[in-house]
Amino acid sequence: MEKFTTLTGVAAPLPLINVDTDMIIPKQFLKTIKRTGLGKNLFDEMRYDRDGNEIADFVLNQPAYRNAQILIAGDNFGCGSSREHAPWALLDFGIRCIIAPSFADIFYNNCFKNGILPIVLPQEEVDILMEDAKKGANARITVDLESQTITTSDGQEIHFDIDPFKKHCLLNGLDDIGLTLEHVDKIDAYEARLRAERPWA
Amino acid sequence: MTAPKTLYDKIWDAHLVHEAEDGTCIIYIDRHLVHEVTSPQAFEGLRLSGRTVRCPEKTVAVPDHNVPTDPDRLNGIRDEQSRIQVEELRRNAREFGIELYDVDDIRQGIVHIVGPEQGWTLPGMTIVCGDSHTATHGAFGALAHGIGTSEVEHVLATQTLIQKKSKNMLVRVDGELAPGVTAKDITLSIIGKTGTAGGTGHVIEYAGSAIESLSMEGRMTVCNMAIEGGARAGLIAPDEKTFEYIKGRPHAPKGEDWEKALAYWRTLKSDPGAHYDKVVEIDAADIAPVVTWGTSPEDVLPITATVPHPEDFEGPKREAVRRALDYMGLTPGMKLTDIEIDTVFIGSCTNGRIEDLREVAKIMEGRKVKEGIRAMIVPGSGLVRAQAEAEGIAQKLIEAGFEWRMAGCSMCLGMNPDQLKPGERCASTSNRNFEGRQGYKGRTHLLSPAMAAAAAVTGRLTDVRDLL
Ligand code: SF4
Repeated sequence: MEKFTTLTGVAAPLPLINVDTDMIIPKQFLKTIKRTGLGKNLFDEMRYDRDGNEIADFVLNQPAYRNAQILIAGDNFGCGSSREHAPWALLDFGIRCIIAPSFADIFYNNCFKNGILPIVLPQEEVDILMEDAKKGANARITVDLESQTITTSDGQEIHFDIDPFKKHCLLNGLDDIGLTLEHVDKIDAYEARLRAERPWA
Repeated sequence: MTAPKTLYDKIWDAHLVHEAEDGTCIIYIDRHLVHEVTSPQAFEGLRLSGRTVRCPEKTVAVPDHNVPTDPDRLNGIRDEQSRIQVEELRRNAREFGIELYDVDDIRQGIVHIVGPEQGWTLPGMTIVCGDSHTATHGAFGALAHGIGTSEVEHVLATQTLIQKKSKNMLVRVDGELAPGVTAKDITLSIIGKTGTAGGTGHVIEYAGSAIESLSMEGRMTVCNMAIEGGARAGLIAPDEKTFEYIKGRPHAPKGEDWEKALAYWRTLKSDPGAHYDKVVEIDAADIAPVVTWGTSPEDVLPITATVPHPEDFEGPKREAVRRALDYMGLTPGMKLTDIEIDTVFIGSCTNGRIEDLREVAKIMEGRKVKEGIRAMIVPGSGLVRAQAEAEGIAQKLIEAGFEWRMAGCSMCLGMNPDQLKPGERCASTSNRNFEGRQGYKGRTHLLSPAMAAAAAVTGRLTDVRDLL
């Protein structure tokens, strides 16, 4: 997994609430057996018409946001299906950070496993960033994970909170499985206990 | 004296392998269900890192999401990508020694229907699957939730998950349900009340006399949609009904183990005075048969209501409603019972069990599917299908004008050929009415099996109580 330290880039405003994972990557693209290549179908049904032509209005089709690395969104982002294809598609497009007032649990977790930083902020602060993002390509914002700050294009600093363990893993690009296997003796001991106490399990 | 615990606290504590200082925990996983769509990358990951499946005997695989429901599927799946995914699952199951219910096995079906049916799902367990509706298994008093593919790989390799504890939320539904009101109406009404983010960060425990009075099938319907209410998991304390359901299932404990398990399972309930971070109380008498009108499961109203105005809402929801009404092709103020439908879909892990099919059969008694309506029934598993045939329900439903399909997810998400066409409107017993969920530009109204049957008869959304 790629590390996340600091990121300076264009932020795309997507002021919708309840953006679900079906919207982020529709099911017809879940038939892949790979993790990569999904970026071109990110937000497919909002981004293209039936004939595959770009819908000019959609934010990621606008010249200013075609290379956006940050997404500013509304409440409950990533709700619905658990498909990890959603963060894979975002990552493949180039999005490394999403900022919203709230996220759905599974999606939030899935982001961290893929080197994407989801940031929860109060609505007022998301509103500030949303306005900033609307300025387009010249409004680059900076996200610094180490210091847990976001700097807007006009220099305003916003602090964000994050779970220390998740921060540690993201900063160092750590693989969860490797970390867990360091505790394999504890898993062995648990299984021995389980066999004695709840043999049916 | 230890502090009183909730059911969730008890299951959590019983599965704690390790807790770090910051509260990050390693939790043991008792059962891992695997399907074809969210697992290939996880198995590939194992292979690439030279790891193996730690407990193949606690893992079970079944293809369900993109298998066709046409009997012709036994001659091979035509869609190439779907076929590759199913073959990949088969290969992975074989290579890693995992039990598989393949497409031609009568036990094949939707993973969340197969688990309980085969006795894999037992009280007090932790159960995961790369699918958000894993919450279904909570009906047995198991802590069950959906995970992403990276976590699937993590569970395969370590039989554990890294987690932080969620908060406790209690949803109490007391009182008696009125005729025509079902488990689906309860679960949709709860989401209507709490919103799709109401349960975020929580595990919901459903309790109260109305929940206790439900069958196991009904309880699964309620827990199934905990995820639509924002919670990762829903739980119902196990009772005699639960044990009765489990007894004798292929993977249920037997003999001495059964007695031992039973004694343990009886301790699985919240202690009096246990703390909940959030409590919602609902009077069962206030619940009516409901339908959704929008593109979020929280857009739910009693069937007697009218389509709302965007102005009835505030903040970003107003814009969301405007967008939803446009997508759904509805005019504010029109009666819900005036909405005409094209298709009826009965099935999914929410409502694809035998009891659901019996409900439909009851409403269809002496009635027919309205001319011009496409109505399909997709049993949740091959065994549900066989049982409905044995009970004579299948024959009656076919005569009434329904298509009788093979088991799978089908039009719940339209990954197989069962899809809505643009603009088509469906009365659906599934769980999600998102844009494009059942097919590009398709329009979904979520409702109970009884309400779906009523819609099939009249060709529009209908109050099932008029047909009782
Ligand atoms: S029936 Fe629908 S909700 Fe259930 S597992 Fe299948 S696709 Fe998911």
